[in-house]
Amino acid sequence: MNAPILPPILNDNPVLDRWVSFPAPGMVTVNTGRVELGQGVLTAMLQVGADELDVDKSRITICSGVTGVTANEGYTAGSHSIQTGAVALRQALADVRSLFLTQAAAIMNCDVAELSIRDGGILRNGASTGQDYWTLAGAIDLSTKATGLGKRKAVADFTSIGHDTPRLDLPAKIFGDAAFIHDMKLPGMVHARVVRQPNRGATIGTVDEAAIQRAAKGPVDFVRTGDFLAIVGNNELSVDLAGAAAVDRVTWNNVETPTPLQQESTWLLQRPSVDKVIGDPEPADPQGRQRFEATFTRGYVAHASISPSCGLALLTDGKMTVWTHCQGVYPLRGALSRMLKMEPSDIIVHHVQGSGCYGHNGADDAAADAAIIAQQMPGTPIRVRWRREEEFVYEPKSPGMVVKVRALIDENGKPSDWTQEIWSGNHNGRPGGGSSLLGEEALPGYVPLPPANEVPEAAGGGATRNGDPLYDIPQKRMIHHKIEEPPVRLSSLRGLGATANGFAMESCIDELAERASMDPVAYRLSIISDPRARGVIEKAAAMANWQPNAPGGEGHGRGFAFARYKNKAAYFACVVELDVEEEITVRHVWCATDAGLVVSPDGALNQIEGGIIQAISWVTKEQVRFDNDAPTGTVSFDWETYPVLKFSEVPEIEMALLNTKDEVPLGVGEVAGGPIAGAIGNAVYHALGARIHHLPLTRDRIMATLLQG
Amino acid sequence: MSQRFDFSVNGKPVSVALDNEATPLLNVLRNELGLMGTRFGCGLEQCGCCMVLIDGEPVKSCNRDVSTLAGKTVTTIEGIGSHERPHPLQQAFLDEQAGQCGYCLAGILISAKALLEKNPSPTRKEIALALDGNICRCGSHNRIMRAVEKAAAVMRAGERA
Ligand code: FES
Ligand code: FES
Repeated sequence: MNAPILPPILNDNPVLDRWVSFPAPGMVTVNTGRVELGQGVLTAMLQVGADELDVDKSRITICSGVTGVTANEGYTAGSHSIQTGAVALRQALADVRSLFLTQAAAIMNCDVAELSIRDGGILRNGASTGQDYWTLAGAIDLSTKATGLGKRKAVADFTSIGHDTPRLDLPAKIFGDAAFIHDMKLPGMVHARVVRQPNRGATIGTVDEAAIQRAAKGPVDFVRTGDFLAIVGNNELSVDLAGAAAVDRVTWNNVETPTPLQQESTWLLQRPSVDKVIGDPEPADPQGRQRFEATFTRGYVAHASISPSCGLALLTDGKMTVWTHCQGVYPLRGALSRMLKMEPSDIIVHHVQGSGCYGHNGADDAAADAAIIAQQMPGTPIRVRWRREEEFVYEPKSPGMVVKVRALIDENGKPSDWTQEIWSGNHNGRPGGGSSLLGEEALPGYVPLPPANEVPEAAGGGATRNGDPLYDIPQKRMIHHKIEEPPVRLSSLRGLGATANGFAMESCIDELAERASMDPVAYRLSIISDPRARGVIEKAAAMANWQPNAPGGEGHGRGFAFARYKNKAAYFACVVELDVEEEITVRHVWCATDAGLVVSPDGALNQIEGGIIQAISWVTKEQVRFDNDAPTGTVSFDWETYPVLKFSEVPEIEMALLNTKDEVPLGVGEVAGGPIAGAIGNAVYHALGARIHHLPLTRDRIMATLLQG
Repeated sequence: MSQRFDFSVNGKPVSVALDNEATPLLNVLRNELGLMGTRFGCGLEQCGCCMVLIDGEPVKSCNRDVSTLAGKTVTTIEGIGSHERPHPLQQAFLDEQAGQCGYCLAGILISAKALLEKNPSPTRKEIALALDGNICRCGSHNRIMRAVEKAAAVMRAGERA
């Protein structure tokens, strides 16, 4: 018999004690390389543990994100935690369960088929045997490798997976416990703020230490290595005051900050790029067929996490211990090893919860800052917390993008050929992906790394994410222009390119529907055969009581859109209803999601709703603005210069989940961005009779459109 | 030269010695008194993470000088309820699973408590406006507003009982 194929993450981390241990009678520790980012993943893993091991949830402790302890699962990102992480954990635990049953059968000299497990106790033909995980644990070697032979539980037998489970982490946050990395205190810890290098290659001119000391109103010290300058001290307020004062009291040479011209994504069109065609060659001569073409843009967007990033580090006895709220402790360890010139085995990285990050924000960089300072101050625990302005200006941004769509239309008004041409900087600026940590760029002897590769197509692509239509179109391709020298540091934000691509694609589908004199929902159904896609489209339309060809206008409109995230994760369709006066007010959203097997339905809905609200904010408000006359070049540096959606601006949202008992889970955390952007664009067109091609759909753009109309 | 500041926090008198009389209340709570539930989000009075009650009024504590607090009573998230004896708002937030990362929640619970004390039966709109000084980046708004409505109903029923 061939050995079963292990889930990929388990194949990479096959030793079973990486996944589970039985530390004391009645207790189970389940390990996961996934980390809590506010998405409820620890609770989901708890449910998986309870089901696959047949123990009560109360017996399980979850250990998450510690190098050398938990499995190396890369990043907690890309909606993979359930789709790939939980599947690996399920198989590992099923193997462990089977080892215990085999051992019990040997002791009792019976057939494994007679045995079952209830809350950790071994039953024989339903009767207690006095044996349990903990009596047997001593005889079982969990340092062996997974075989994949353990039988995973059938969906119908789940008692925990598929049922709403209260989040493990929420009580601490609701009662105000020290729940976050920001709340950690280590004995002898000092506070630190970094005086940020304005751009890679800038060098320190002068430092007015006396003025900074005066501003601190208390003792602070300076730590400098190369062009990395930090202020440290026992009193956080003094360090904060000094850090803020230093922005104007340290001068820099070779400053090069982004310009207002670069703020608009159309600037990318003139830039050198690395070009790639993915799909069929584009027909040279469309031969009289009807042609449709439109160009869309989206500006740079910030993660804008509610808490500025924080990191702690301590160097003792040649070992560096780092505490971070980043998305991947192993990739960060690798990057720290390069930066600190230390062996990975001498670095331990612990994940501690921070606020929601929605992708690669400043978390890794704040941890790196702490480690750089700790290396200069052995034995002293260092706590770095970025300033609010620092987070906005220096977090890596989500790339501005230009998307051109060209379609050929057949005699029935259906697209017969589709080109999605994309200009964008890299969405993959993660430290483990080949990019530097921010502080590293200021260190002596820094050598820039070659430009990192974009997220591969097999992983859903970066800029090209959801640029390939799922509709039935005979010939199609994406043309990807990767801009190698963007104006600011870039990286991953929830959905990567899917938001801009979804906005462009779904806007065009509505345009084609109008040309074909068809209702947008009926038109979509006429060009898509995937039954699950049709399922969410029909459901969302029914939920919203969608009226075919309902007249819009007078500032009130409805819009529809659909996507399957990455063309391989969850399906999502939505209706958006909104009013447009000088600004857009989204009133109501109805949506249907097919994510297959859902571990916690309430948790999935929480994620989807959060994604919808964040996408409305991106689309109606958010763009990072540049001005090279301003000190840092970025003039979006706080909540007034970078506003996000407020409580009074949030619409009513109705959601449905389909096919939740399917065998296979499909990632759900990032489904909403593209379709919400598309549906808002379509609703604005419905309301105004004019289409706006550029995100965000701000007051200025709406006014310009209204004046033209 | 350090100076003493006396006021009350969560019903208990406190007295702290500080060198800088312009120390914000938020720093005092977190770094002097070890009350970590009040969070730092911006230090600019823009996000509401640091919201506390001062004599019952919701105030952003990140820029509120400690020297202005003589004789005042401060209530933080730790003072409104506990795991063992949750405030109806905290219970409703648990019941509704209102929150994702939860970083915003302490400040929001304080703003909501101040609202319900003035207005025991707020409309959805009134709740939204009362919470507009608090940012939630995760998009937990609707759950949070549902939880506040629920807590208001529980509190009204409690009054009547
Ligand atoms: S930290 Fe005080 S309002 Fe943001
Ligand atoms: S739950 Fe994360 S900011 Fe509100």
